[in-house]
Amino acid sequence: MQQIHLGAIDYAILSIYFAFVLGIGWVLRRYVRSSEDFFLSGRSIPAWIAGLAFISANLGAQEVIGMGASGAKYGMMTSHFYWLGAIPAMVFVGIFMMPFYYGSRARSVPEYLKLRFDEKTRGFNAISFAVMTVFSSGISMYALAKLLELVLGWNFHTSVVLSAVVVLAYIFLGGLTSAIYNEVLQFFLIVMGFLPLVLLGLKDMGGWAGLTAKLETVATNAGYSAGAWSSSWRHLGSAGSNPMGVEWFGMVMGLGFVLSFGYWCTDFLVVQRAMAAESMTAARRTPLLAAIPKMLFPALVILPGMIAIALHVTNGGLLPIGSDGTPNYNLAVPVMLAHYLPSGLLGLGLTALMASFMSGMAGNVTAFNAVWTYDIYQSHIRPGQSDGHYLRMGHAATVFGILLSVAAAYATTRFNNILDMLQLVFAFVNAPLFATFLLGMFWRRTTGHGAFFGLLTGTAAAAIHHGLVLPQGAVVGLKGGFLGAVLHTYPSEMAQNFWTAIFAWSACFFATIAISLLTRRNKSDDELKGLVYALTPRLTDREMVWYKRPATLAVAVLGLTLVLNVIFW
Amino acid sequence: MKLDLRLPIGLMFAIFGAMLTLYGLVSSDAIYATSLGINVNLWWGLVLLAFGVVMLVLGRRGTRGGESGRGDGAGGTR
Repeated sequence: MQQIHLGAIDYAILSIYFAFVLGIGWVLRRYVRSSEDFFLSGRSIPAWIAGLAFISANLGAQEVIGMGASGAKYGMMTSHFYWLGAIPAMVFVGIFMMPFYYGSRARSVPEYLKLRFDEKTRGFNAISFAVMTVFSSGISMYALAKLLELVLGWNFHTSVVLSAVVVLAYIFLGGLTSAIYNEVLQFFLIVMGFLPLVLLGLKDMGGWAGLTAKLETVATNAGYSAGAWSSSWRHLGSAGSNPMGVEWFGMVMGLGFVLSFGYWCTDFLVVQRAMAAESMTAARRTPLLAAIPKMLFPALVILPGMIAIALHVTNGGLLPIGSDGTPNYNLAVPVMLAHYLPSGLLGLGLTALMASFMSGMAGNVTAFNAVWTYDIYQSHIRPGQSDGHYLRMGHAATVFGILLSVAAAYATTRFNNILDMLQLVFAFVNAPLFATFLLGMFWRRTTGHGAFFGLLTGTAAAAIHHGLVLPQGAVVGLKGGFLGAVLHTYPSEMAQNFWTAIFAWSACFFATIAISLLTRRNKSDDELKGLVYALTPRLTDREMVWYKRPATLAVAVLGLTLVLNVIFW
Repeated sequence: MKLDLRLPIGLMFAIFGAMLTLYGLVSSDAIYATSLGINVNLWWGLVLLAFGVVMLVLGRRGTRGGESGRGDGAGGTR
């Protein structure tokens, strides 16, 4: 593709942004005195800041580039990641799970597992989570560097080093507070940087009606019925009738239930933001407040991808074609930026893009260093040291985590849609974990052995399923089939991931129940107070004005989401 | 509040808004062929400037309240 040339004003905007990011870290450095300041912001963050950071931490490469790529590759069905997946899951975490997370004073998700079950369950989760965050942050870094290389002609390695150094600097200085503050800054930048692109794109297409008409050509050219790219539910009857290759059961169960709830409810990367909130009410409102902008995000991140594919097909060859003959969907969003924005706004758009990568990386690195320091180092390697010792370890883990991410960045080159790869990792780690949490929080009979061996079974089931199936047209290896036989071929990577998640969750769920019934309880009712639903006093929000109560917010959020689903049915 | 977050956000967007507005005034019309002939730098620059100023004003008001106004300033905006 032809490279974009940035003007002086574009570089000026980019530099000012970097100055602000580093400046915030510099100002906040003097507030970091204890390890809790560094890892949990001293639990002092107001709900609206925690809420914006809650979505911004997840607003990394997977969101902006991945959702844009999926919008181009799969069309409007991508909105299920929001309106079927994320929003209901965020409501669930705010209403049902936050009381246990925040109330138990656990400092991390693995630490909750230690309080509820035992040390080995925590260790297992801490290690798999650490691996996963390193991968996610590597994806962000790879995507950013690749993008800058393709679009601006910057050297790949220089971009990796530059982004790594900036993120390292502001986390090192200000810890989680600095990461959270920058995430909020990045949130506004992403909204303000992408909105003009979406508005211009829609105007060019002739509004939503014009875009739908162009997407009909996209759908019929690819061999689907006319509305396949512009409706979310209508073509879910069978796997063959939509570009994602998923039928309604795989969608609702795999994405809606297992993957989304697994991610939003158990992933420490997002839960950490709510744990840093200043009070229980703030912690519960964090995911609920976050859900409001979140449900409008498809317009910001999916729509550019849909506009890109419409232009690609009707105007001919906008997206560069990869070596396997398919368009390089990951470039959908950057190509759109270059297509519509003049010098000036282009700088703002690119800055927003870089901000999203950096918030994704920073989110992963802050979660990584907390889990590493609390759940691996403090509990297994060097227990009983002074707080200053663990604070120094946190600083070291930041450097170490970023170095590992750089290494992971190179493993992601094999996927033409990075969202596919990320969902694969989630299917292995988060999907079984969600079964463990559901049982642990709502069934007091669940035992430590049950949880641990259930998790092992679930992860093994994910590996076995992944090893025996392949997405269409893929070669045996990282994408599946490595166990020798290919028993089933899925129409797409996404369908394969959804089913891997369903198998992993079910295996973990039933194995945990069976093993718990066969083993003795290791925690008495008394020890489980505040950790299990039936043994925790209900939170009454009666002293609050009705419209400020979490339950009211939850109902409003779910109602609006339902309306969106119906409008774009 | 350690640092009212609305101040840096407001400052950054006010700077961006002012830069884009000025650039929109001096740049030639030719570069707006990509953006359907609309001078997006000028218009969006004004939007950003307004957003930045509102954030700055809110942030200043929150900070001036001092420690007693802490809840209003930082947490009470929503």
